[in-house]
Amino acid sequence: VKRFLVALFGFLTLRRRRKPPEPAPTEPEHRGAENAVIVLLLLAGLCGAAFVFFYATSSISNQTQWLGLSLGVALGLVATALIVLSRTLLNEEESAEDYPSHEHPAEQEEIEQLVEQTGSRFTRKGLLKAAGGAAAVGVGAALVAPAASLGPVAGTGSLYDTPWKRGKRLVDVRGRPLAADAIETGTFYTAFPEGASRDEIASPLVLVRLDPRELRLPAARRAWAPGGILAFSKICTHAGCAVALYRKPTFAPIDPRPALVCPCHYSTFDPARGGDVIFGPAGRPLPQLPLEIDADGNLRAAGNFSGPVGPSWWGVRMRGPGNPSS
Amino acid sequence: MRRLRLPIVLLLGALAIAGIAHGQPPSGISRPSNETGVSQLELGAELYAGNCASCHGVAGRGILSNATHQGVGGIRGRGPSLRGVGAQAADLYLRTGFMPLSNPGERPYRRRVLFSDREIRALVAYVASLAPGPGIPHVDPAAGSVSQGFQLFTEHCAGCHQSVAEGGYVTDARVPPIKQSTPTQIAEAVRTGPYLMPEFSKRQISDAELNSIVAYVQASKHPEDRGGWGIGHIGPVPEGMVAWAIAGIALVGLCVLIGERVKA
Repeated sequence: VKRFLVALFGFLTLRRRRKPPEPAPTEPEHRGAENAVIVLLLLAGLCGAAFVFFYATSSISNQTQWLGLSLGVALGLVATALIVLSRTLLNEEESAEDYPSHEHPAEQEEIEQLVEQTGSRFTRKGLLKAAGGAAAVGVGAALVAPAASLGPVAGTGSLYDTPWKRGKRLVDVRGRPLAADAIETGTFYTAFPEGASRDEIASPLVLVRLDPRELRLPAARRAWAPGGILAFSKICTHAGCAVALYRKPTFAPIDPRPALVCPCHYSTFDPARGGDVIFGPAGRPLPQLPLEIDADGNLRAAGNFSGPVGPSWWGVRMRGPGNPSS
Repeated sequence: MRRLRLPIVLLLGALAIAGIAHGQPPSGISRPSNETGVSQLELGAELYAGNCASCHGVAGRGILSNATHQGVGGIRGRGPSLRGVGAQAADLYLRTGFMPLSNPGERPYRRRVLFSDREIRALVAYVASLAPGPGIPHVDPAAGSVSQGFQLFTEHCAGCHQSVAEGGYVTDARVPPIKQSTPTQIAEAVRTGPYLMPEFSKRQISDAELNSIVAYVQASKHPEDRGGWGIGHIGPVPEGMVAWAIAGIALVGLCVLIGERVKA
């Protein structure tokens, strides 16, 4: 890296010492530059439109890469157009002359003529403006389009469509049913709904077992943790990362209490208090899933989550859970 | 100038004393005077009484109550019971230098081991003799598969320890790197769950799977840096910062080029 930086620095300084090629101020060349600017701006507008297209069609593969490429190329083209514009078409000549006194209106007129002549390298101002407008519209649309993803502000009902309902069996990573007796304290487990897609945001669960005497669940959730086994959505309510950290005290009187922690921004949830946030940027508790133990001793869901699963935005946060857990 | 001489001398003296004090071990180990003459179990019991009992109580019963109990050396401590933890936990805590703590409220992190090898063996035997508990686990990384180990490490360990075992943070505590740990220590930690770490039973991670995990951690100690520079192996954040630094320089260079005055 050091060598690379030295090389880059050397390149820049050498580049400065060399005399830049002087543009010959002939008419046809300006014409060519003007055409180049128009083409560049139109292409930039096109790339902006392409970004909106890629954004709207989620079915294409490598969507993220296409989005980045189209927006990057669009901005690069605008930049190139501006560079060409400033280098070739804007008049940078400086001419110094004594300002004539008011007594010589003829001379003043002459200067005004001179000023008017400068900056008249643009021959097709209208077309240039149109191209600029196209670029602005295209790139502007590309910048505004992502606002469409700010979410369903009006209805959050679809967020309760989860694979979990009463009687759904919990299985481990290998698809084996989880027996309640196999769940030990001092550790954590990942679980999924039996026979449902694991890619769905509401599928993965994190399971912990606490001493039932330590539980401080809300009154309505008294029966949700049979034998002290608690199940929460594994998706952090802040930015949607997997809540992959569990800390458990070795010596409870001194050590910090048990907590589920998200590795992305350290949102920390208290399982004993129904997933309440005790630290970090998460704005609402980790959704809890009510559990029950069936006749075979396996864990099953006893309903749906206590709140919407996944990352938050204003539409989710402002609404209460209001979940029909049946 | 003359007036300043005394304070300067005093300051230098204080600094020298502070330096000497800092150079001392954080806490002394109380040893029996005739260490070589006693049997292993006796030595273990004596070392326990002198260095551990102030927090872990008489015969490893732990000091759980809030009542101020003044132990050996006037240390007022509270600590968990050691009955049933077995040789597994004792060997881990002593060989990593987690224990003894110089202050009962301190967090157990890896530090210089203050006991000799014979003393550690004696203490481990003593703790194991208190009540039946798990012995020191046997691991065989050669029998494990690195790729399976990577998968299991990602699933169970990487959340806290990072994917190349560099360690990190959990709320309220530091997660240690595993680079200095021996295969046996890794296995002990997985089964014991020291401090805030969860413990993993054989039902969760079988012995064969543990072999693979250890094989992966051993492999991760010398990762292949295809880019030439690992940047601490702590993931995308430092990599992104380096990328930003290079991109920033390139952008500044580009601005210089753009802003260069054209000689008319």
